[in-house]
Amino acid sequence: MSHAGIPLHYFLIVSTIMFFVGVYGFLTRKNLITMLMSIELILNSVNINFVAFNRYLYPDGLHGQFFSIFIIAVAACEAAVAIAIIINIYRRFRTISVEDVSEMKF
Amino acid sequence: MELTGNQLMFIIFSGVIVLFSILTVTTRRILRAATYLLFVLISTAGIYFMLNFQFLAAIQLTLYAGGIVVLIIFSILLTSHISQKFEPVGWKKMILSALASIAGMIVCITTILNYKFSANAAIAQEINMDVIGKSLLSYEHNGYVLPFEVISVLLLAAMISAIVIAKKGKTQQEK
Amino acid sequence: MIDFSYAIWIPLVPFLVFAVLGLFGHYLKPRISGLLGTAGLLAAFILSLFVAYKYFFVVGKIDASGVVTDTYQKIIAFNQVWMHFTDKLHVDMGVLLDPISVMMLVVITTVSLMVHIYSIGYMHGEKGFERFFACLSLFSFSMLGLVIATNIFQMYIFWELVGVSSYSLISFYYWKDSAVSAGKKAFIVTRFADLGFLIGILLLSYTTGTFDFVTLTDINGPAIIQGSGIMFMGLSTMTWSLIFVFMGGAGKSAMFPLHIWLPDAMEGPTPVSALIHAATMVVAGVYLVARLFPIYAFSATAGLNVVAYVGGISSLLAAIIACTQFDIKRVLAYSTMSQIGYMMLALGVSGYGEEQGLGYMASMFHLFTHAMFKALLFLGAGAVIHAVHSNDMREMGGLRKFLPITHITFLIACLTIAGIPPFSAFWSKDEILTAAFHHDKILFAIEFFVAGLTAFYMFRLYFNVFWGKHIHYHHEPHESPFVMTGPLIFLAIASIFTGFIPFHSLVTSDGKEMASHLNLLIAGPSVLIGLIGIVTAYFLYKKETAIPDKVASSFKIFYRWAYNKFYFDELYLFVAKKIIFKRISTPVAWFDRHVVDGTMNSVSWVTNYISGSIKGFQSGQVQQYGFAFIMGAILLAVVFIYLWIH
Repeated sequence: MSHAGIPLHYFLIVSTIMFFVGVYGFLTRKNLITMLMSIELILNSVNINFVAFNRYLYPDGLHGQFFSIFIIAVAACEAAVAIAIIINIYRRFRTISVEDVSEMKF
Repeated sequence: MELTGNQLMFIIFSGVIVLFSILTVTTRRILRAATYLLFVLISTAGIYFMLNFQFLAAIQLTLYAGGIVVLIIFSILLTSHISQKFEPVGWKKMILSALASIAGMIVCITTILNYKFSANAAIAQEINMDVIGKSLLSYEHNGYVLPFEVISVLLLAAMISAIVIAKKGKTQQEK
Repeated sequence: MIDFSYAIWIPLVPFLVFAVLGLFGHYLKPRISGLLGTAGLLAAFILSLFVAYKYFFVVGKIDASGVVTDTYQKIIAFNQVWMHFTDKLHVDMGVLLDPISVMMLVVITTVSLMVHIYSIGYMHGEKGFERFFACLSLFSFSMLGLVIATNIFQMYIFWELVGVSSYSLISFYYWKDSAVSAGKKAFIVTRFADLGFLIGILLLSYTTGTFDFVTLTDINGPAIIQGSGIMFMGLSTMTWSLIFVFMGGAGKSAMFPLHIWLPDAMEGPTPVSALIHAATMVVAGVYLVARLFPIYAFSATAGLNVVAYVGGISSLLAAIIACTQFDIKRVLAYSTMSQIGYMMLALGVSGYGEEQGLGYMASMFHLFTHAMFKALLFLGAGAVIHAVHSNDMREMGGLRKFLPITHITFLIACLTIAGIPPFSAFWSKDEILTAAFHHDKILFAIEFFVAGLTAFYMFRLYFNVFWGKHIHYHHEPHESPFVMTGPLIFLAIASIFTGFIPFHSLVTSDGKEMASHLNLLIAGPSVLIGLIGIVTAYFLYKKETAIPDKVASSFKIFYRWAYNKFYFDELYLFVAKKIIFKRISTPVAWFDRHVVDGTMNSVSWVTNYISGSIKGFQSGQVQQYGFAFIMGAILLAVVFIYLWIH
């Protein structure tokens, strides 16, 4: 249950920490771009999980790797669209602070 | 206690990941946050190398570390002043968010530690570009042509929509 | 048998005209819409005459197997199931031709055509000219549909349509408060009566199991053979149902005690009064009773007595009130009510078949002649009003020089209604009196007296308007254009000569020809009392004298009662306001406002309050949503992983 002398748990713990740091960033950051960065952290931690599971539990398969690839592709799309939205918001409101963009509340 | 080279590398990578991800979400200068994010992504690529996923690691470096971070930096330059510092986060918000994150972390880590992962003794597959390329375009068992196509359509859609959204609207010009 | 299915076009043509005028009237010039309405009615009129000729003189007596009988057959020219509920319960739309419906077709289309032509002149330049013609066409359609109904439900539907169109015509001058309230009054009173009609229909169809007129009135059919059914308060269900049906008829025909709407309905334009409130709609009640007459005669003689007495009382009451009124249209309205009382009474005293059916025949005869001379009277009054711009006969006098044609035709109409031979009403009234004499001496006495009163009040009107004092008019009154006098002349000729139509061989209770002869013992005195009435009026009103006022003051109380229409309006208002509104409606309104509305309001208030207090959750702050989402996810993870283990 170890690969190169490192147990699976360690990878998972690192990715968990990264995940919740991303969550913390998502909850505290006001700037939309930094929030986007937090989301990238979260996606990355999930990738680590996939890869680690693939290596440790299903060494004969490639699912984890492919899912990571797809997640990276989705992340790229997401970043592109999100930044387009952010630029549009900036143009309209002259700010990218998430708290100032609340036109659609009740 | 003696450390193997692998273990040492893992400690370094994980340490960099943890440290710089925390810095990413706490620093008050936005460009630094982007830089710290870059370090995190590169360390993640290192972990992929450690686990013998060279192709994935290469993608991580080119696409994530190269593409997305550059995109983010561009948008930062478009929307913010470099010298600008964020005002500190309110303590109430900080404590609540930290509590939520730490609680989640505790729940997840205890679950991970308590769960007995069943080991698999199967022989590791040789992963080279040939296999990856064939699997991506194969529609047989372990073939990924459908997700591949879906993702390619998604990429196209994202590209078009990003252009449409970011383009200046007519009403904007009239103003 | 000849195919009569083209008879369906008699009501349909006015309906199409109504649709065109109602929908596109705004885009048409007034003259064109008037001509279009008139043309539609002209088509219906010609078709009706053709149908009548074919029916009465060619094929009416040929029965279904092609044998020539001595009886006029009931012909179903067209029938279509309209609403199918069960095999037994279905509502049909169709065309039934029998002597009375064919006669009514002729009456309605004749009067309606005359009124249409007349209206082109009378309504010239009025606001809403095309609306007026649209409503007239709708009314003609409804009325024609009513008379050709094959079943009682179709009749009810058209009955209500007639009510609606009459409402819209009475309230034609909708900017006048009095017109609006008159329309409402007519609608509510007749609606109230129609409730009785509906109950009657339900009871009747429940007892007999059919809506169909042919089945209902077949003297060998189940409805009459089976007879009465269960007894209630000494009368059979059948009798009760027919009394209820008669209630509907009494409402439409303005019979006592549901007559109060008719005088007020004179607020409408005068041609409307001529068409609706003289010749057609108000006789719908008479027609209804005549339509169901065999059942009345065989199964519900008590019902017939009610009809007879209601008719008698109405005619007496109306005649007395008519003597005291000054508004010429109101005098005519009360005279209408009185004449319809005659018809009702004649039906009430009639029996079925052979010589017994004299009253039935007389009633239909009088309906026919009355339609002609009463339409003439109203149109003549309209011409007078048109010339003088007033309804009040005290402001008129000496008009015979200014309005020669109107004067002559009006005189003919007055002589007709007074029952002077050889004018038409003499023949019909004489037969009614004969029928009443053979049946009930009290009713005969009433009608005999009313005949005199009728002559008196009509000539009071005539002398007041056309003779009497000379009045200086602001504008010189001038004779109406030919579109108005033409119908007057036509109707005057009709009033003179319709009396010679051999009704006793055409329209009888059983469809067979009956013998009829002039009863000199009755005709003589009735002409005499008519003449007495005329002479009295001549002395009182030919020249302006003080005698009428003296007479009025010597009967002071009685005169005041009659002048105020015996206080019926006040009585109804008292009952409605003091008893129904105050004792019943007020608590019901309170309950509605506080309990029913209160429940609803509290439901909405609670919803409003809750949503108001929780709307803060939707702050628009993404991070708050994210916080809630993550806490919820963690909570669910804890619950499902650690607390859910069994």
